[in-house]
Amino acid sequence: MSEISIINISIIILLLPLVSFVLLIFFGKKFPKLYLAATGVVFVALVLSIAVTFGMLTSYSGETLSFSFTWIDFGNVPSIGFLSIELGFEINNVTALMLFVVNLISALVHLYSIEYMRGDIRYTRYFAYLGIFTFSMLGIVITNNLLMMYIFWELVGLSSYLLIGFWFEKDSASDAGKKAFLVNRVGDIGMWIGILILFTHYKTFTFSTIFEQISLGNLPFDSAAALTTAGILIFLGAVGKSAQFPLHVWLPDAMEGPTPVSALIHAATMVAAGVYLLVKIFVILTADAMLVIAVVGGVTAFVAATIALTQNDIKKVLAYSTVSQLGYMVLAVGVGAYAFAFFHLVTHAFFKACLFLGSGSVIHAMHHEQDIRYMGGLRKKMPLTYYTFLISTLAISGVPLFSGFLSKDGILAGTLAFGSLTGHWLLPIIGFTVAAMTAFYMFRLVIITFHGEPRNKEKYDHAHESKWVMTAPLAVLSLLSIFIFYTPNPISADAGWFLNKWISTPQTVVPAEASFDFMQSGMNKHETGLAQESGIVHSVQYTEAMHHAHYPAMFLSLILAGLGILIAFIFYQWKKVDLEKLTEKLNSLYKFSLNKWYIDEFYHATFISGTIRSADALSWFDYYIIDGIVNASASITRFVSRLSGWFDTFIVDGLVNFSALFSGFIGLSFRRLQTGKVQTYIVFVVFAVLVLLLFFRPF
Amino acid sequence: MIEVGLNHYLVVSSILFSLGVYGVVTRKNAVMVLMGLELILNAANINFIAFAKYGNFGLGGQAMALFVIILAAAEAAIALAIVLNLYKTFSNVNVDEIDKLKE
Repeated sequence: MSEISIINISIIILLLPLVSFVLLIFFGKKFPKLYLAATGVVFVALVLSIAVTFGMLTSYSGETLSFSFTWIDFGNVPSIGFLSIELGFEINNVTALMLFVVNLISALVHLYSIEYMRGDIRYTRYFAYLGIFTFSMLGIVITNNLLMMYIFWELVGLSSYLLIGFWFEKDSASDAGKKAFLVNRVGDIGMWIGILILFTHYKTFTFSTIFEQISLGNLPFDSAAALTTAGILIFLGAVGKSAQFPLHVWLPDAMEGPTPVSALIHAATMVAAGVYLLVKIFVILTADAMLVIAVVGGVTAFVAATIALTQNDIKKVLAYSTVSQLGYMVLAVGVGAYAFAFFHLVTHAFFKACLFLGSGSVIHAMHHEQDIRYMGGLRKKMPLTYYTFLISTLAISGVPLFSGFLSKDGILAGTLAFGSLTGHWLLPIIGFTVAAMTAFYMFRLVIITFHGEPRNKEKYDHAHESKWVMTAPLAVLSLLSIFIFYTPNPISADAGWFLNKWISTPQTVVPAEASFDFMQSGMNKHETGLAQESGIVHSVQYTEAMHHAHYPAMFLSLILAGLGILIAFIFYQWKKVDLEKLTEKLNSLYKFSLNKWYIDEFYHATFISGTIRSADALSWFDYYIIDGIVNASASITRFVSRLSGWFDTFIVDGLVNFSALFSGFIGLSFRRLQTGKVQTYIVFVVFAVLVLLLFFRPF
Repeated sequence: MIEVGLNHYLVVSSILFSLGVYGVVTRKNAVMVLMGLELILNAANINFIAFAKYGNFGLGGQAMALFVIILAAAEAAIALAIVLNLYKTFSNVNVDEIDKLKE
């Protein structure tokens, strides 16, 4: 494939879901069968994206193909100079792989939804929303500038909102939609400010131009602090979209949406967009920004994992696990393990989508029961769901031979390397703790849901394995959780094609004084046998440290994952420990975790009630001050008008009446002359003539 | 011997005029009022004749006097007809009581 055809096909891939959206939203009611067309269109997009990915990785690996055009040309703007806004697309290895991941999961979710959503009153609209979501997600993936990134960023926010609140008849669903939208807004404002900091200085939104300028030493406002600020602010967008602490609260609530949506948007793709954004802007992150990102990611991973330990809703456990894994990815970006962040994004997308679709299959079979305490023993009833779920669980828990082990191991090695180079040892400690907890809560979920005896006999009896359209996506996704797709060596991804050939850490463009020393390039002194064939290695020291950390990290994570799994089995499978006594003993901790660290309550007590209170105060102000002023001016006007009314009645009318009365009076008095008697008149006439004579006598 | 001049005529005509006006103003009976009117007209006639005699007007004064007499006759006829109608309407010819003009 030529460069042009790769770009063109990518644009077609982008537009196909939009076509499906337009068709379904306008003609969905008339032709209810159109959802099949939507699914078909997405599968076409999947095939095309496979072609693009294949073409990209075989012919143009490591290159960036881009296409851009001027959207608005402002010409020569006074006091700014020539200004134009360019939009465009770019395809590189990361983009191509992401295109494939998004299209694959979107296509599988379309297929799955055909059965899962059957009978829903807004069936076609559901597929329309899936279409607009896929369109906007693909837009994020293939854009080459921050403006389009932001536009599509908001569009995925919109489609997420629409799909979370899809069953808006339920108050909890519409509330969750609103919550997701508002919480995301907080992050997006930060992101927009960050984008504008860069735009104000560089007069462009295009990634490559900005990176090039920075690498030439042209920093925003000539200060590394501004660059750090821009990086952290843009990261704030990722905090919102990828549900990082402290804005993670929307994601668990987003589980009110249909389960396939949770799998597509709130596990595999949209929430990973934040990580994708960080991967895109990785090269401009300064040392300070990276440290902030690492800390936020670590805290998120830890907080979410502790909450996931005690949740009883199958989707809530998976939601917090998603938050925790996203925390891992962000942590990976923060500690500089760029390739592993993206690797974990991809592997997580597959196994978490599989877990969610599996949970959807369970929920479907249990007639919309989501509480795991009423499940149990489903293994016999739903073997295919069970085995795919188990494979994904093994992957997320970090068991060798599965994808999660490879990517998580890399991240842990990255944190260890970071710790050894900077002395931030807390990050690897958190990372390993979370790894143990992940293994524990995932196996807890599997054991309670699928093993043991059924706790709700009635529902259990009605449970059945789902149809093939639901199990086929599970099978595909669980298959992709196996190591062989990424590397031939099941215990190390370094030698695999994913990290060796496809993804390599780009050279940071931040000036040396603002970035970590160990991220700088240099000659590769040691023959580490790593990916780079040329002598120049990006971030030499870091790569080396990571290489050293690889085996310790691997053994440690293996031990911890095994420990977590073992404890889960002791607790829930063999029931060697009296759990009730244990929870009583650790009551406060248990309550703390069950109530999600009281973060929602904290927000409720601070931001929400603060907003409500300030709204109350404003309404009080409105009611008493503004309305008071209005009412006062009204009563003043009334008083004045009463006064002028009084003036009118008594002075003006008085004058008028007086003149009337006066003339009446005159009339009354002169009326006497008018006797009606002719003779009197004659007397007057004679008298008048005499008087006139007297006056006008000529003599 | 005082020669009779214009002033004498005028005095006589003034007296006649005054009497006429007096009659018109004081009499209650409409017919008497009409008679007063005749006196006034005749006072005017005397003036016409007197001025014609002492002034250099030709026969204008006499001619006017004749017109007045003719007019007086016509007027008397019309006025009497009015009086008759008054009587028909009010059952009397007392001008004091006929004050409908006021309304």
